[in-house]
Amino acid sequence: MADQVTQATMVKQAAPKGDYKPADVSPQRRVQRSFTVRLWSIRHSRGLEWFYKRFADLFLLLHPLWNRIGYRRVEAPVKFVERSVKGFMFDCRMCGQCILSSTGMSCPMNCPKQLRNGPCGGVRSNGNCEVEPDMPCVWVKAWEGSRNMVGGDAILNVQKPVDQSIRETSAWLRVTAQAAAQKAAATGGASNG
Amino acid sequence: MDKRSVQPDENPEGIHLPLEPLPGHTSRGRLERILRRGEFAVTTELNPPDSADPEDVYNRAKVFDGWVDGINAVDASGANCHMSSVGICALLTRMGYAPIMQIACRDKNRIAIQGDVLGGAAMGVANILCLTGDGVQAGDQPGAKPVFDLDSMSLLETIRIMRDNGKFLSGRKLTTPPQLFIGAAINPFVPPHDFRPIHLGKKIAAGAQFVQSQYCFDVPMFRAFMQKAGDLGFTEKVFILCGVGPLASAKTAKWMRSNVPGVHIPDAIIKRLEGAQDQKAEGKRICIDIIDEVKEIPGVSGVHVMAYRQEEYVAEIVEESGVLKGRRPWRREPRQDDQIVADRLVELKKRDTAYQPSTMLESRVDDRS
Repeated sequence: MADQVTQATMVKQAAPKGDYKPADVSPQRRVQRSFTVRLWSIRHSRGLEWFYKRFADLFLLLHPLWNRIGYRRVEAPVKFVERSVKGFMFDCRMCGQCILSSTGMSCPMNCPKQLRNGPCGGVRSNGNCEVEPDMPCVWVKAWEGSRNMVGGDAILNVQKPVDQSIRETSAWLRVTAQAAAQKAAATGGASNG
Repeated sequence: MDKRSVQPDENPEGIHLPLEPLPGHTSRGRLERILRRGEFAVTTELNPPDSADPEDVYNRAKVFDGWVDGINAVDASGANCHMSSVGICALLTRMGYAPIMQIACRDKNRIAIQGDVLGGAAMGVANILCLTGDGVQAGDQPGAKPVFDLDSMSLLETIRIMRDNGKFLSGRKLTTPPQLFIGAAINPFVPPHDFRPIHLGKKIAAGAQFVQSQYCFDVPMFRAFMQKAGDLGFTEKVFILCGVGPLASAKTAKWMRSNVPGVHIPDAIIKRLEGAQDQKAEGKRICIDIIDEVKEIPGVSGVHVMAYRQEEYVAEIVEESGVLKGRRPWRREPRQDDQIVADRLVELKKRDTAYQPSTMLESRVDDRS
């Protein structure tokens, strides 16, 4: 593509010369420079979906254990593992309300606009992001990933806005606790009836 | 005093007042009535002034008088600072225009947005367009904090909940819910192309009643999109306005293509512009040709004419394309006594400066005696 002179570039050029510029990229790109693993995960969304299902079941089986130790106490170590694993696999941002299974295993929080309901109108013709020209659009990839998945049509659900108050908490434990509570309510209701 | 003639879709009590509620209508605005009547609607965009003078807004709205059914009040488009969309709407509703208030998620969080929705509706805004907004890197303040608390989809849903359930997102009740016609934007011209029609369906599910598209310069691509949307049954559930606009020159077209996010201009268009004697006239011609084509596509309910810095062409484009079929959209007419007041003011100005209030008083006293 031809050399691009955006308004932002003009502002940048008008800035005083000689200033120390740590890197001529956005803060996001400074944190994340390679997308190889993220893209691998999306290509293997089908396998990861299968694995995730088993994994969630296992976590639910361990509910008595979590309960005995106390959810609050296991939060820190589980969060550490979750952050490391999902951080490596999906560049997870720890929003605490994981919807990877609805987004083709492409983490929507990596979108510079943090869109959770589909792409914006600014996607470049090569399928890259408007804000980060070198990054493939998270939602273009999400659509591709979701097409490989059994439950890929979950991408059609309208997602609620992010609850910022549960950022930096473990989504795994929250989902497990909710599922356990639901299960208990169901069995409790059955025994009563 | 005899009453002046009332135009269609106007409240006889006053132009700035909401219209009579009609069954099946969610808003009390003009745009929804026109679309639901099945008439081909024309909307446009007001170039927001970088000033605090209301006259700037009035003058910019005046050029559209009698040619459009709705005026988009843009919310810092391209992430550049301008007068706010709420402010523009306040001025336009006062004058009886039908503004479409744009809300971009880039600059405001859910607390501010819900407040603006109520404020806008109270001022008489009947149409709201929900947008994600360009990234801050595109604008004149790339160092700003991008908010993006909601996205366009959850914004649509939030406003729908406020209108239909009479509640804030938090569940707190509203004493009077806003009556609104809710819109969204679509861009069928960028990837992922096969997801775009489905994405439109998602927006309808979230609450969109009308959509305006990004600039359409590639009619075959738009037709393919409409075909797929029609097959999925979406075109009956939503009014689709196709975005069109004149290109000033081949140079502008090239600049837009590489700098304005989400604008797709095929090479054929640029070639046609380059080959023309008068590029500006050719740009207008292309725009009219595109309108002629898209108005025949099933499911298209209107056009959204975006003539950035060429606003004076909107009237010509609308007239020459003949999309209104002789219909005359609402226009602001001076009230009957406006002329009397203006004449009187001129007369007072012309008067001898020696004619002071004190002498006026004296002459009055003389009259009485």
